Amino acid sequence: MGKSRSAYSIPGKQGKFDTHIIVVWVDNEAGVLARVVGLFSGRGYNIESLAVAEVDPKLNISRITIVTTGTPQVIEQIKLQLKKLVPVHKVADFKREDKKVIFKEMALFKVVGNNSKKEKALKACKKYNPVILDKTNKSYVIQITALRREIDVMTKNLKKLGLISVSRTGAVAMTRGSEIFK
Amino acid sequence: MSKLYSGAEIVFKCLEDQDVEVIFGYPGGAVLPIYDELKNFKSIKHYLVRHEQGAGHAAEGYARSTGRPGVLLVTSGPGATNAVTALTDAYMDSVPLVCISGQVPTHLIGTDAFQECDTTGITRPCTKHNWLVKDVKNLSQTIHKAFEVATTGRPGPVLVDIPKDVQFQKTGYTKFKTQKKINGKIHNKFSQKEIDELIKLMTLSSKPIFYTGGGVVNSGPKASELLRELVNLTGFPITSTLQGLGAFPGNDSQFLGMLGMHGSYEANNAMHDCDLMINIGARFDDRITGKIDEFSPKSKKIHIDIDPSSINKNVKVDLPIVGDVAEVIGSTIKTIKKVKPNFLKSNNQKISKWWEKIEKWRSVNSFDFVNSSETIKPQYAIQRLYELTKNKDTYVTTEVGQHQMWAAQHYKFDKPNRWMTSGGLGTMGYGLPAAVGVQVAHPNKLVIDIAGEASVLMTMQEMSTAVQYSLPIKIFILNNEYMGMVRQWQELLHDKNYSESYTAALPDFVKLAEAYGCVGMRATKPEELDDKIIEMINTDRPVIFDCLVDKQENCFPMIPSGKPHNQMLLGPKDQQEKKITGKGKTLV
Repeated sequence: MGKSRSAYSIPGKQGKFDTHIIVVWVDNEAGVLARVVGLFSGRGYNIESLAVAEVDPKLNISRITIVTTGTPQVIEQIKLQLKKLVPVHKVADFKREDKKVIFKEMALFKVVGNNSKKEKALKACKKYNPVILDKTNKSYVIQITALRREIDVMTKNLKKLGLISVSRTGAVAMTRGSEIFK
Repeated sequence: MSKLYSGAEIVFKCLEDQDVEVIFGYPGGAVLPIYDELKNFKSIKHYLVRHEQGAGHAAEGYARSTGRPGVLLVTSGPGATNAVTALTDAYMDSVPLVCISGQVPTHLIGTDAFQECDTTGITRPCTKHNWLVKDVKNLSQTIHKAFEVATTGRPGPVLVDIPKDVQFQKTGYTKFKTQKKINGKIHNKFSQKEIDELIKLMTLSSKPIFYTGGGVVNSGPKASELLRELVNLTGFPITSTLQGLGAFPGNDSQFLGMLGMHGSYEANNAMHDCDLMINIGARFDDRITGKIDEFSPKSKKIHIDIDPSSINKNVKVDLPIVGDVAEVIGSTIKTIKKVKPNFLKSNNQKISKWWEKIEKWRSVNSFDFVNSSETIKPQYAIQRLYELTKNKDTYVTTEVGQHQMWAAQHYKFDKPNRWMTSGGLGTMGYGLPAAVGVQVAHPNKLVIDIAGEASVLMTMQEMSTAVQYSLPIKIFILNNEYMGMVRQWQELLHDKNYSESYTAALPDFVKLAEAYGCVGMRATKPEELDDKIIEMINTDRPVIFDCLVDKQENCFPMIPSGKPHNQMLLGPKDQQEKKITGKGKTLV
């Protein structure tokens, strides 16, 4: 009977994983996020980050941006399965390397220390449009917008400059130029 | 001012407008207002089941044998959770169901109230869509939408959860009009270019095969007719999945039998060696494909399906055609007749070698078994059942296991909607309640549940339903005292360690039948089988037929796990004669 002792087939070759940003326009109704997220967990798809908010209060539309990884076949399935959900209007899919699309994440850093440390921290953030949202003698709350990996680096670098708390969003995406999706 | 109706009334007004004649259900605290209205709607007949899972399977049987949506009505909490197995079963096998569930009053939702559960949360992954209706103003629109979602595109179950206070609230009702507008989720956008490409591939092929599935049945009786025409028109061989049986006549010479794990030798080898595979309404399920990497390596693959997400899900195809099966086949036939009027003639020559090869595989006679004059062989029992019922337009349901596969192998169907079995989910206990639903839909037809003794005990209580409504279903139990398929796998894969697969204390099924108020029969010897089956058929009451069969029999042929289609394990007869082991039998 061979080595297999299962009534199921053995896994085939695994394809190469790519990172994709999937944008989903949905009716903003109860349970819609659970449907989308449940689809990912139920079918074993990966979610790296998630951002969701209503974008059109009049038409009641929310925009969900999901960063995910998978083989081309899995990414295709994710899109097709999402399109089958009743409250889903449209689904866009971008490769992370895609130059025609802007991806941004926002992070809030709380830095505690003396003036020199705080200023150094602020300076370190210079490339990423830092905004000081709150200021005390001892602390700053700095907001930056950047790519995921840039924020990863900043989080690491600011540790020695008094970073005590980080809060960050998932990625949001938009195409460049005057075109919109579909 | 227009008349105001309560939520409960609106439920029935919607069902009336949807031409629902039958609902299966079980009352409880949170659906009492709906049950209270039942008396005022004479056109809708309610069948009281004994367990909500039974209501779900009965609705499935009703739906699959009629092509119309099945409706079930259950209460909150346990009522809803009991229905989950049936909903999941319907989801896997694309059966249109509308489940209406009661819910605790809106102000108690989230408080862990009595018989409260998160019904929409629990059923979200096992329905196409579900709704919690918190305002009676949305109720009628939601129920009509529910029917639309359940029955359009790839069909499936939906659930509408209605809190008890909403059932009491009043609002107006406007009569539902069927809209012509095509819903955004229906995908029927195939183009003539794709049809032309399909025909081009068909013309080029010298080793083609049709591989058809439940999608043909779901597309309606017209699709089966067109499929027959297309197969005749092309002269190609055809095989079917478990769910597709009946869409093409089972005893036609072009039909190779079922394919897959327990499919025929000729069907599986033809799938493996073909150069063109035309999948119509099947989904490349893992019981069909076996090892994906070695699945039909040399073929171009065409996939016709109404569900875009079925395409390239398991197997990458060369030409996907997204559309309703009947329409795609219809345009294909039309185009062939127009551009290649003598397709059959010009093609016969080309595929004659292919047919020769198939006939060689066919001569292996892979469904054969060693019969006995001492004990009833389960395959023999089904063959006799088939011979004695084939002229009666019989409806067959099954449970899950060996008996199911033997039924699929030996019972030949020649019409769609006559074969109801749980394929995707593999739900033991499906067949008996499904038979109840089929008999409700077809009161004067012969309805047989081909069962195993282990499966049937899971939903045996529905015999009580059959007796209550005088539904003369026939429960034909192939009793081998084992969970046969589990036992088979343990024999083949786990060194004959029959861990917990023997049922040491079975009820006396004849007495059990009598206790339920129906007729019990038993056959123990092959020579008495025919008479007893005839007696069963002629009994105009529900029957439990306890057919004691060989306890050791295994279901062959079989594709061992992890093997491609051309490495089938054949039955004992063949193994004795040819000394073929699992590995060496590639080609005849």
